[in-house]
Order: sequence, then C-alpha cells, then structure tokens
Amino acid sequence: MSQPKDHGKPGRPKMAVFKFASCDGCQLSILNLEDDLLALGQALDIAYFPEASSDMREGPYDIALVEGSITTPEDARRILSVRKQAPLLITIGACATAGGIQALRNWGDVEAFKRVVYPSPQYIQSLSTSTPISEHVRVDFELWGCPIDKEQLLRVITDLLAGVQPRLPTHSVCIECKRRGNVCVMVAKGIPCLGPVTRTGCGAICPSMGRDCYGCFGPAEGAHEGPGLPPNTASLAKEFHQGLQLIPIEVLRRFRGINGSVRPFREESQAWEQKDRAG
Amino acid sequence: MATPCDTHVAAVPKTFLQQLIDVLCAKGYRVVGPALRDGAVMWDTIRQVSDLPIGWRDEQEPGRYRLENTGSDQIFGVVHGPQSVKPLAFAPREPLLVIERTKGSFSALPTLPKSEKVAVLGARACDLAGLAIQDHIFLKDAYRDPYYQTRRDGLFLIAVNCTRALATCFCASMDTGPRASAAFDLALTELEEVFLVEAGSAAGQAMMSALSLAPASTARVREAEQQIEACARSQVRRLDRSPLPQALYDAHEHPRWDDVAARCLACGNCTMVCPTCFCHVVEEVPDLTQTRSEHTRLWDSCFTQEHGYIHGKNIRPTIKDRYRMWLTHKLASWIDQFGTSGCVGCGRCITWCPVGIDLTEELPALLKPSSQAKEKPGQA
Amino acid sequence: MTPFSQATGNAAANPYLIQSATIVEKIREAEDIDTYRLRFVDEQVRRSYRFAAGQFNMVYLFGVGEVAISIVSDPDEPDSLDHTIRVVGRVTKAIARLQPGDELGIRGPFGQGWPLDAAQGKDVVIVTGGLGCAPVVGAIEYIFRRRSQYGSVKILHGIKTPHDLLYRERFDAWRRHPDVEVLLASDQPHKTWRYHVGVVTELFEQVVMNPARTMVLMCGPEIMMRLGVPILMQRGIPETAIYVSLERHMECGIGLCGHCQLGPYFLCKDGPVMRYDRVAPWLERVGF
Repeated sequence: MSQPKDHGKPGRPKMAVFKFASCDGCQLSILNLEDDLLALGQALDIAYFPEASSDMREGPYDIALVEGSITTPEDARRILSVRKQAPLLITIGACATAGGIQALRNWGDVEAFKRVVYPSPQYIQSLSTSTPISEHVRVDFELWGCPIDKEQLLRVITDLLAGVQPRLPTHSVCIECKRRGNVCVMVAKGIPCLGPVTRTGCGAICPSMGRDCYGCFGPAEGAHEGPGLPPNTASLAKEFHQGLQLIPIEVLRRFRGINGSVRPFREESQAWEQKDRAG
Repeated sequence: MATPCDTHVAAVPKTFLQQLIDVLCAKGYRVVGPALRDGAVMWDTIRQVSDLPIGWRDEQEPGRYRLENTGSDQIFGVVHGPQSVKPLAFAPREPLLVIERTKGSFSALPTLPKSEKVAVLGARACDLAGLAIQDHIFLKDAYRDPYYQTRRDGLFLIAVNCTRALATCFCASMDTGPRASAAFDLALTELEEVFLVEAGSAAGQAMMSALSLAPASTARVREAEQQIEACARSQVRRLDRSPLPQALYDAHEHPRWDDVAARCLACGNCTMVCPTCFCHVVEEVPDLTQTRSEHTRLWDSCFTQEHGYIHGKNIRPTIKDRYRMWLTHKLASWIDQFGTSGCVGCGRCITWCPVGIDLTEELPALLKPSSQAKEKPGQA
Repeated sequence: MTPFSQATGNAAANPYLIQSATIVEKIREAEDIDTYRLRFVDEQVRRSYRFAAGQFNMVYLFGVGEVAISIVSDPDEPDSLDHTIRVVGRVTKAIARLQPGDELGIRGPFGQGWPLDAAQGKDVVIVTGGLGCAPVVGAIEYIFRRRSQYGSVKILHGIKTPHDLLYRERFDAWRRHPDVEVLLASDQPHKTWRYHVGVVTELFEQVVMNPARTMVLMCGPEIMMRLGVPILMQRGIPETAIYVSLERHMECGIGLCGHCQLGPYFLCKDGPVMRYDRVAPWLERVGF
C-alpha cells in the first residue's frame, strides 16, 4: 500500500466518497463523526462527497471510499473508473465489502421481482446479482459492518494518512462482548446469536442491548479467500438446530442475512437449505 | 490459611451483612457483589443487602446458564456468573500509556488506574484460587505489572464458602474448593439462620475485632463443615490431574483433537471467562493529527488469528492447533511454568462455551490410548 | 545455576514505559534491511542502559506499535545501540521510512542472552542463517574483546543468495583475528561468490570440532536447527552444548502477555536463547 500523494495542488490528501447500491447509512456514519469530522476535514481535503456537499471536485483523488454493491451494468462500468481515479480504494460497509442485504437477490429471480415492483419493467437495467466491489476491481482495504463503525473508519484513515498499513482485529464478537462485561445471550437466554462466528468491530452493540448478533460485520477471520480460518459455522448451526431447537429454515435465515453471500455464511445457509428441502 | 476452630469463627445473624456493608462503606470501600443482570449475576456496586440476588439460584450445564427464584431467603444461593474476580484486578481494557509527540520527539506517560478500595463480597473459592494464580503471574515474576498491582492492592476479599455445587463444578478434584483456601480477608459460610465468619488476613481480623462478633458454637462450625464437605461430594464432574502434565504432552497427535476442533468455534469465550487466562494484546490508537497515541492493553485469546502470528506466518492456523494450545497450556505446560494447574475447576469454560465443550470430558478422551496416535512421549 | 547472561531490567520501574531514542545513523545492509544506530534522548537512560549479547529490545514507532528486535551492537559499547531491521510486517514497514534524526521508542533489554560466561575456555562454533546472524554479532564482538579467554572460534553463516550477505566488513574483520575461521555458504551460486554453494550445515564437514570442548551458538530458521543439530550430535557434540536463539510472537517482552510460549517456556523471558535439549521436543510439535 502506498502513501497518499498530493495530486496537483499541495496540501492535504484528496478524498472522495462514492456511492453504489446502498442505503447511505455508512456515509451517514462519516457525517456522524461529529467533532472528529472537523479533524477529518482538516487532515483531508474532502473533494467529492455528494451526500454531504454540493461542492464536488473532479479527480484524481488520493483516497476513494466506496459505499454500496454492484447491481447494475452501469455501476459495473462506473467502479472501473473510480478505481482509476484513486491509488487507494477502501470499501465501506457490508454492501461494498460483501454485496449487502440486496445480495439476497442472488438466490432469487430478479426478472420476476422487476415485474412485481415496476409497471414498466423493461426500463429497469439491473444485474441478476449484487456483488461486492472486490469482485470487480482491486480493493486496498475493506471495512465491514452495516453500518461501519466510525472508530474503525477513523483508525484506517489515520493509518493511511501516516502511510501505515491499516490493521483491524478479525476475531469473534464474543471477545469484545466479554471484555465489555455482557452476559452471553445464547448461553443465558437461549437466543441464537451469530457472535461466535462474526467479526468484531461493532463493539458488541446488539448483545449489549440483550439481543443476538445477526452477523452484520461478516464472518470472523477468514471471510474471503486468503489467509485466515473460516469460522466454524457448521458447529454453531448444529447447536442452533439441536440445542436451541431451530428448524432448518430458521438456521438458514440466521446465516442468509446482511452478509449472506460471503462464502462461510453462504455455504452454511445452503447446507441448511438442503436440509430444509429434504424435510 | 484460616482453618475454622471455635475461637476464630464467629456466628452472626443474617442482619450482620448489612452491618458489614455499612462498615466497609464507612471505611471508604466500594462494595462489589453479585447482582442480577440480563439473566445472570455480574459484579456490581452493592449498597443494600437487597441488591444481592436473594432467593435466586443458578443452574449451569454445558452451554447453558439459567437462574431461578426459589423463594428462599438465602443470600448467596447463586454460585457464580460468567465473571470471576479476574476483571477486578486484570482489567479487560487497561490504558497503559499515553504517548505525546511534539515535532520529532515524543514522551510516554503511564496511565496507572486510580487506586480504589474495592471490597469484593461473595468471591468463591475457585475465584480466589484463580486470583492467586494471576497474582503469581503479574506480581511475582521479574517484572511486576504496576497496573494490576494498583487494582489488586485495593481489594478486600470476602469469600463465601460453597455449600451447593453446580453440575459444572469440579473444584474438589482441583483442590481449590469448595472451601476458600487461597488468600482472602474474610470468609463467610451461609447457614439456614446465621453466617459463620472467619478471618484470613490481618485486615480481616481487624475487621472482625472492630465488629466484636460472638464466637460460633462447635455445633455450628460442624454444621458448616458438613455442608461444605457434602458440596464437595456432590460434584459430578472431576478432572484427574495425576497423569499431567506429561500425558497431555504425549497426546499431541491424538485424533480426539480433530473431533473437538470440529465442535470448537474458536470464539474465545472459554478464555474470557477463565479466572486464570492472562493473555493480552496491546492496541495502539493514534489520533488523526498523529500528536497523541493511546497504548491500551486488551484481554486477548489464544483462539485468535493474531495470537500465533510471527512475521508473515501463523504457527496456529487451525482450530485444532488453537484448542490444543489452550488445553495443553491450561492443564499441562502451566504446571511447568507456574507450579500449579492453570485450571481451578470453576466450570465456567464449560457453561459459557456456546456449544458446551467440556474439558472434563475432553481430557479423559485425549488420554485414552488411540490406535491412530502417532507420537510417542517427548521429554519436557 | 543458569549459565545465561542475566537480564538487566529494572523490576521496580514500570516495564511498559518507552524511552525515546534518536536514529543517529541508518546503514543499508541489503534490500529491505537496514541497521539503525540509536542514541537515547535521556542522558540518564543512556548512561545506565546495559545489555547482554543476544538480548532484545521492544522497538516502538509512534502511532503504530512495538516489535521485538534483537540488539546487534557490542555489549561493551552500550551507548551505541544498533538494531538490524528487516521489513516483514506493519511496524517494520513503517520504520523503514525513518531517517537519521527521527525517533524510535525503546523498551528493554529483555530476555536471556548467549551463555558467554559458560563458554569461556571453550571453542565456540557459531552457526547462523540469513538475518539470524544479527543476534550473535554482539556475542562475537564480546568474545574478540576477550580473545584469550576463549578457544578457537568458527563462524559458519548461510544465506539464500550472495545478495543476502549482511555485515560483509564485519565478517572480513573477524576473519583477521587469530584462531578464527569464517565460512560462508550461499544456496544459490553467483559469479562473484567465492565461498561454498549449498546450505550452511554442509559447512560442518569443513571444520574440525573437538566435542569435549565445543559450544555451539545457533540462530536462524528453525529448519536449519532441526537439520543441523543431528549432524553436530553425530560429530559428538552433546545437545546440552548447543544453544539456539528462537523466535515467537513477542508482544510484551516481559513474560506476561502469553504470546511467545513454546511448550513450558516464555521465549521472551526464558529465551530467546535456549539450550537445545530443553526446546528440542517442542520444536517438533506442530502448533507450538
């Protein structure tokens, strides 16, 4: 990873925020940085951020933050141009990093959805899948979460500004949950929690509120291809079924959520789909 | 260590507990005890006896924890929650240093915790055994940990001897309970109508003298003894330490590791609830302007990817490697390192494992001869 | 009882405290490898800092973190503190951008160094591979300052390619001491390479060793140790006369964080230098 360089004018590195298929929640996380947003604005030249400002300047940029997944032929082309405009491309959130909740379409019939939703479906240009940015272009760093954690975003940007390879923990939500002094909702209440197989980063928000983790930060450790151990979803799923008495379709739905198309979760939900069909 | 004999053991009515809390508060202690929260008991500030889980008891089994109200007036009916005493001395998140940078230079300032007097009301024998092990690690070696020391020095420990065992308890086989034997200041035994109180330290003795407590009758002391012994006998789980450490070292290639690895989630819950697990990692978080950086210690786990990292490779890439590292350390290499087992028999790792992996079941399976076992004894 | 050089850490002080040190010189050793010559900013620290050959420091970079690095310099000249650092991870990559005048942080020295007292009167065979030569430089300098107290010295060093040879001048200088052999091996041949082509353990055949009075110091990849030790043992050198410097994830340097375990040992405090017979059973085990 290279250190951001100034293009043209001297001073702060130029940052751009691009949106693809998404709900804008991760962009709102940037705006919700409050005091840190001012510091961010001083450290960086926020040159393109349509969600925040109508002052939109052209690239190239030093850092591109990308929200959203690729769901249309137009976006599949646009992401190539975004990649060319910045040496550092960071995906922000479950949609950009993993395809998002809209990747549920990957198991459905998009043409049928179009016919149900739109009076004139022939005008809708849509791909049959929702895919993460990394399936289209090289990604320098991925931030997980729906939405992202603003502290994680700040840490990554801080490291990049200093020319340091960012690094975020990949372990389970449970470790952070226990550090926070939460009572385990699965053990004490029998709620099927995805925390043991989900990546930390959210601060264990849901279990802190007495509810189950639904995996919005994606699989722990080995989420994508590459180094790292894919989480043991099979053992957790078996416990949901045998211990907590979830029927196969319920187990399937636990894994087929916001990050349902990431391999470890995808494969687990497919295994339970088969069990469900087998009755 | 305090062994009860009539002259040193006092018998007090149950109302004594509020008196004790008040005296401790007057002496500047924050009293911390088990309090009901989210379906378990957790350490919390106790001002009134009614803040304690009176009439409640816990049922624990592998992967399952439930509380029930029995309607009794027993104050310490809940044996324990997920927290041992550990977080009160070894904080889950401890800022170590703040490093400030001006121009090219920097200075590191220690951020020692504020010393606080904390009276722990209701520590169990296993918790105290765990604390003694952590004391050994953080305070008795070449380098003492000043952060741990500050928190530890502020603790006044009031043990409660166990008269009921959980299905997950096996302290009797680890020689750590059910009677408190590791360091404490006061120990209580809750009987039907009274508490027996004994001192385990000079501070505890001073507290007893200040309260001028009446000595217990021999019959009361015997009654307490019998209940504690019955609690030990009732334990359904046990761990046979006699072949350790060598037998577990020798089991390094046992096929049972694959079996448990298929169940283990590598989520780290066992290490987080363990009273003795001490692994930690330091997180460095600079501010955006790179003028100030916080150097913070966090509880870590040998189940994480980062734990076994050495420049570019991971020496424990699989769940099998990590579970084997944890169990072998806990039950075997710990003995070589510190002279004791790393397990105190509290059973928390059994209860709080989301899939209920039970080390008292894994160990015998791992020590059972296997035709597939490849490796023969190594000399440690 | 222990033949090891003792750590000089001050147990009373806060062992997490980091001292700043200025880079006074940065010496390029090879691609991605530099030696940083450091000088403590605090006068008092500079005066009181002592280390033994084979010990390490936790080297800190502001805002990034710490990494364990062995001390390369001569223990008799503690005010010149050298670290040879290869770019392998996040911290070392960021350190590589520093220049003379910049500051690093130092905690240490930590761990057990080479058994140089126990080696007195003996022949010393030093076997290193790659960057493994760094932790023994201080030991070699120590021996040569006390040349008469040691027997013959044999320095066997292996590298992957001739480009990987660090400390060329030092090897040349060492060669000039009396009763010293310096033998080099490179896995890959090169037209300028006039030494052995092959692995370092093949150099054992080229030296005469008296098993009764030889002590071996080894540092490098573990595979080199696992292959080399049996050959040395065949030559009659007992495992108890072989010392190795080992590496695991060292996070705290003071035996508290739990990462650097090798079986019953914490390599940051029981090591990094260990007598081979103590660690041999553990080096064989996957996952330890």
